[in-house]
Amino acid sequence: MKLFRIRGGVHPDPRKDATREKTIVDAPISAVLHLPLQQHIGAPARPVVKVGDHVLKGQVIAEAAGPVSATVHASTSGAVAAIGPVPVPHASGLAAPAITLAPDGKDTWAEPMPPLPDDAEPAAIAARVAAAGIVGLGGATFPSAVKLNLRERHKLTTLVMNGAECEPFLTCDDRLMREHAEEVAAGVALMARALGVGRTLIAIETNKPEATAAMTEAAALHPGIDVAPVPTRYPMGSEKHLVHTLTGLETPARALTADIGVVVHNIATAFAVYEAVKLGRPLVSRVVTVSGGAVAEPKNLRAVLGTPISDLIALCGGLTAEPQEILSGGPMMGQPLRSTDIPTVKGMNGILALLPSDTRRGPAHACLRCGTCVTACPCGLLPLEIAANIRNGNFDAAVSAGLMDCIGCGSCAYACPSRIPLVQSFHYAKGHIAAEQRVKQHNEEAKRLAQQKAIRQEKLAAERKAMMEKKKAAAAAARAAQEGTAEP
Amino acid sequence: MNPRPFVAGPFAHAGRTTPMIMSWVMIALTPATVFGLGLFGWPAIYLFAVTVASAVVFEAACLLLAKKPVLATLGDGSAILSGWILALTLPPWAPWWIGAAGAFLAIVIGKQVFGGLGQNLFNPAMVARVALLVSFPLEMTRYLAPRPIFFSGAPGPRDGLAITFGFGGHVDMDALTSASTLGHVKTELARGLPLHSVLADGADLLGLLFGTTPGSLGETSALLLLAGGILLLALRLITWHIPAALLLGILLPSSVLHLVAPDRYLSPAVHALAASTLFGAFFIATDLVTSPVTRTGQMIFGAGCGFLIFVIRTWGGYPEGMAFAVLLMNAAAPLIDRWVRPRIYGRDRKGRPLAVKTRETR
Repeated sequence: MKLFRIRGGVHPDPRKDATREKTIVDAPISAVLHLPLQQHIGAPARPVVKVGDHVLKGQVIAEAAGPVSATVHASTSGAVAAIGPVPVPHASGLAAPAITLAPDGKDTWAEPMPPLPDDAEPAAIAARVAAAGIVGLGGATFPSAVKLNLRERHKLTTLVMNGAECEPFLTCDDRLMREHAEEVAAGVALMARALGVGRTLIAIETNKPEATAAMTEAAALHPGIDVAPVPTRYPMGSEKHLVHTLTGLETPARALTADIGVVVHNIATAFAVYEAVKLGRPLVSRVVTVSGGAVAEPKNLRAVLGTPISDLIALCGGLTAEPQEILSGGPMMGQPLRSTDIPTVKGMNGILALLPSDTRRGPAHACLRCGTCVTACPCGLLPLEIAANIRNGNFDAAVSAGLMDCIGCGSCAYACPSRIPLVQSFHYAKGHIAAEQRVKQHNEEAKRLAQQKAIRQEKLAAERKAMMEKKKAAAAAARAAQEGTAEP
Repeated sequence: MNPRPFVAGPFAHAGRTTPMIMSWVMIALTPATVFGLGLFGWPAIYLFAVTVASAVVFEAACLLLAKKPVLATLGDGSAILSGWILALTLPPWAPWWIGAAGAFLAIVIGKQVFGGLGQNLFNPAMVARVALLVSFPLEMTRYLAPRPIFFSGAPGPRDGLAITFGFGGHVDMDALTSASTLGHVKTELARGLPLHSVLADGADLLGLLFGTTPGSLGETSALLLLAGGILLLALRLITWHIPAALLLGILLPSSVLHLVAPDRYLSPAVHALAASTLFGAFFIATDLVTSPVTRTGQMIFGAGCGFLIFVIRTWGGYPEGMAFAVLLMNAAAPLIDRWVRPRIYGRDRKGRPLAVKTRETR
């Protein structure tokens, strides 16, 4: 198959050997499970249970609120112990609302949803995916049903299944494809049917030959689905770049891949779709790679949602040393965590406990203008120039130099010999600009309201004046009439 | 667990750092440097030591004045490297104050007044070399035939002190000097002599290749400089774009003119091997700070350097034009970076989003 070359990218040390041969192991149910109401992009789900309710595994405990939202299901049977804020996987370390379950230890499933037939209507498949609370499991966590319904607004030709898994350390998708190739392929076929596309490509980086072989065999049963080995180069898993590599089509800035007829879904999402459609099971668990230099025995664990990550790390023999950083996700784009006292959520594909030798953090030096970041950037940006503008407080210049086109992949900062925290600088600037816009919007709104009030008051005053004059005139007329009657 | 300071990713690094880059460039320069020091003996060793040490001292002084961390910044190795490169471009028996003044010009005027490493517009070593050449034309053009260390006729450690520092006796430099190949050709051509009689025995190409001709301290051996350059290329510390474009910029015009009028214009082989061509192509024009950041920009920059070197050597007032050419192109580098930019993904060259159109795939 002909592939198209994209610019930039880096070759980070893959570090996948620690877990790539580790079979997925089921993690036992923890003593307490916290299920955040927002494990997806969009509006938080709305709780439909009360404290004290007994729930079964797979039962809806919070339903999607609005078109872009996702339902949350009980991930085991037990009692609703609390509904309130708990620490969640977010860099801020702030708490967010969640439903806390006290498992009863029986792990009893609720009545499954009825399986859908192979010739189910596309809309029925999408509806089932929504009912199952499935979101993009590669980490993006966008509600999958919304993406499966893109056929309504876009002329779609191709489904790209992202099995690139370009982040170092992570092997959860690799293992899923190797151990559950048939289920994944069946899920892919269902998604292709929901989208109404004629062509489906399963993209797998060339460093996963076993997964490629397994998926090729499984995909042979489904016409129109092909496996496409793609070069091992970060960020191959970036949606727009993966589509470009496979099809040669470039997604315009600020547009979606759907605008060029392509939809991208993650391979783990396909497995969840299979379980939802064919087994009637909602999304209550996921595969998490637990790895990093500080983890005693790195593993791939299938954990029910809500499992505290401290339990997952303990299942891997605990930590051998104080980690420099604990991450949710891969080392390139993962989120640093402030504590291990947080639950496993839908988008969590990895828990990494990294040592200084993994992060290779060090002192920053002055920018040499060496251009390494320019060569590394997959988006054709000049990271050094954007960062210099940000440093000088010149945010407008940073934006016109392409700040908003940055996908935050971190290739520039990874390659920078002066270790300049480029991504941090871009995040800071984006946050600053967003805050500025909020203030601006707020001020404009206040100004508009003040103006309206002034207009309103003027009108009122005018009305009052008119009324007074009318009254005065009426009084004068009455007086005149009275005088008139008195005169003769 | 202790709260961690908020940092954004990536939590991985390629591992190549600025101090490492500087160290590798020094390693790549070592063969040509050791050869040059051996070839010109003790005075060259003293001059080299004075220049590098002065560079470090001036850098430290500037950092102290600017209240910047001294040891951490010195540790990036850039001051040593600037001094080193400058020393290699000096006449090997130049007096100590040439090296010290050069280090001042390079580090203080060429780099620190701009704000330190990464902020300078011009290549510090070339700023120093040009300023010295213009200010002290006599000292800066006293080249001499090689007198390899430990061979008869070579100055010993004490003679060297006399030559470099003027201690314990005076050495009549004028009696010792001889012209470099390019200098000789320039002078003789200016007298109206045809090339075949100027270079009666043909140009000493082997001498230029192995470095046994008069010239600057570290610029004489084309072969060793080439080896260093290949090391840098192999380590991907530099890419081929600037060296290749620079060499083409010299070789193309010189080949054409040499074919048209072989008696007036030097052959491309002499241009390629003489003086600082290879030194400039691999070690000077490739300076990360003062060259463009894009590949295309680097090719334009390299070609411009090469062509200007050729023009200055052929028609200019100086026999050698590397330093002038590089400085001129340094001045153009910001302009090149402004004009030659990569296309932003999903946008056209003017920065507008590409048109949205649904196309059929193959």
